[in-house]
Amino acid sequence: MAESASNVTRTDAIETDAIKTDAIKTDKLSLWYGNFQALFDVDLAIKQGIITSMIGPSGCGKSTFLRSINRINERLGYVRTRGKIEVLGHDIYGPEVEKVQVRKQVGMVFQRPNPLPLSIRDNVLFAYRLHDPQHRRKGKAALDEIVEKALRQVLLWDTVKDRLQRPAGLLSLEEQQKLCIARLIPVQPRVLLMDEPCSALDPAGTEAVEELIWELRGDYTILIVTHNMAQARRASEECIFMLMGKVVEHTDTAQMFVTPQHEETANYIEGRYG
Amino acid sequence: MEASAAGDFDRRNSSWYVDKVVQALVFIGGISGILCILGIFVFISKEGFGFIANTIDIKEFFTSPNWRPTSEENPTYGALALIAGTASVTGLAMVVAVPFSLGAAIYIGEFARGKTREVLKVLVEMLAAIPSVVWGFIGLSIMNPVIIDLFDVPVGLNVLNAGVILGLMAAPIMTTIAEDALKAVPDHYREAAEAMGATRWQVTFRVVLPAAKNGLVAAVLLGVGRGFGETMAVLMASGHSINMPDSIFDSVRALTATIAAELGETAVGSDHYQALFTLGIFLFAITFVINLAADLVLRGIRKEA
Ligand SMILES: Nc1ncnc2c1ncn2[C@@H]1O[C@H](COP(=O)(O)OP(=O)(O)O)[C@@H](O)[C@H]1O
Ligand SMILES: [Mg+2]
Repeated sequence: MAESASNVTRTDAIETDAIKTDAIKTDKLSLWYGNFQALFDVDLAIKQGIITSMIGPSGCGKSTFLRSINRINERLGYVRTRGKIEVLGHDIYGPEVEKVQVRKQVGMVFQRPNPLPLSIRDNVLFAYRLHDPQHRRKGKAALDEIVEKALRQVLLWDTVKDRLQRPAGLLSLEEQQKLCIARLIPVQPRVLLMDEPCSALDPAGTEAVEELIWELRGDYTILIVTHNMAQARRASEECIFMLMGKVVEHTDTAQMFVTPQHEETANYIEGRYG
Repeated sequence: MEASAAGDFDRRNSSWYVDKVVQALVFIGGISGILCILGIFVFISKEGFGFIANTIDIKEFFTSPNWRPTSEENPTYGALALIAGTASVTGLAMVVAVPFSLGAAIYIGEFARGKTREVLKVLVEMLAAIPSVVWGFIGLSIMNPVIIDLFDVPVGLNVLNAGVILGLMAAPIMTTIAEDALKAVPDHYREAAEAMGATRWQVTFRVVLPAAKNGLVAAVLLGVGRGFGETMAVLMASGHSINMPDSIFDSVRALTATIAAELGETAVGSDHYQALFTLGIFLFAITFVINLAADLVLRGIRKEA
């Protein structure tokens, strides 16, 4: 019932906009971990260039959905998917599609900051070096410039510019999470997936990272999972509510929080679920 | 009233006694390990140090290749050839074992999945359990004729033979330790790199190996320690003749093999007997230093993590 209704509740504004290609579009996406089904026929169309937030109780499949968009779920041998996922109009499971390219276009920020055990500089350049085979011919100056630009964009440059060679693990959690965003920038992904990027941070860190995400809006299509209702409300233009592996509602954020169309959504927003 | 309350707190039931007994047993187990090491050290020192202090010429010991302890008129105790024998065999063994064991560890730890991985791990552990005399036997009866045929040399019991045998012997244990080091690299590093589009090779070479570097060095060092200490296989495969090797086809004699072969024929307390203990102290010191280095390197990882 929920998924058939979700299409109906989408506003007319979205319908008319659909001519613009959606950044992410799924068609009856189902996913199983072994025998356990975590996603049920998820149909979603996430628009380009805006921030969409995804909310729902713990275990409803938010992370699972995000992780299928850049195919990182495939690391687990026992995951099976059915249905279709299109990113910028390309079927990411299509025979001609290489998952390395998908991951270049679709950057991911994880719940726990996960900088690599390398220097700050090498962290920022890691993805860039993977995707630009010519990087060795670029001079140090060119690389320095890339590093500075990325770190400036995440508002980290002034704090770390004197210790670029230090291990990234020595940074605070907030700085680590910013670094994890910064390292995506040099490869210019089109879509950023963020899975509760602030949940390991203190309130000040949360605010700083939220602000940063807001700054990135427009340049990137951002899909952010959050547990924090206020954050979803503040920081996103559209909002998706999921429950038990299904999409219940997908509308403008303002509308969802003021006049939710479904009782489950209303209950969740008012804090009646865990 | 008060007495009974105190009684409640003083409940020495069976768990309490079991706990005490187990504590005592564990303590005895731990302390006896330390005492044994100390005992061995005191024993070999006592037997060898008198000789070091009085009879032996340290300079001769380290610089002369002439090991002639049984000579009637002029016995000499130069250990250089023996040290060179051990070093050359161990060195070649590492040339064989390092690529093998690191390759195997990388394959098992990073590439093999499911059944393949489990089977390989069991196989490696079985290889590690092959007694050294069996390896020596392989050196004598298989490698020897193969080397003679292949390289057209008169004897196949030489540095090459012993080095290959020792390398194959040390590889399984090095593989196990190296794989542990890879396993200790948290999976979220791999996930992070893969999410950015790194292939499995890129993940392995740019993230996992640098992160596991200390553990891998420790694995190699422990392999070297094993090579220095190994006796039986080297005794059987090296040719056991005193030589300063200048090619891998020369027969050599190892420190360990010298002790094993000669100690039974010496009179307790004689110069020869004490000279062998001096070799023992030397070996003990080297393996101690190597193991200590491996340990410090491993500790380094933990501090970083
Ligand atoms: N690696 C996994 N293996 C098996 N089941 C999993 C795995 N990851 C998640 N799940 C299950 O899938 C469901 C959805 O999980 P998840 O997507 O992490 O939820 P959310 O991010 O919304 O909290 C949960 O019931 C969870 O137990
Ligand atoms: Mg989650």
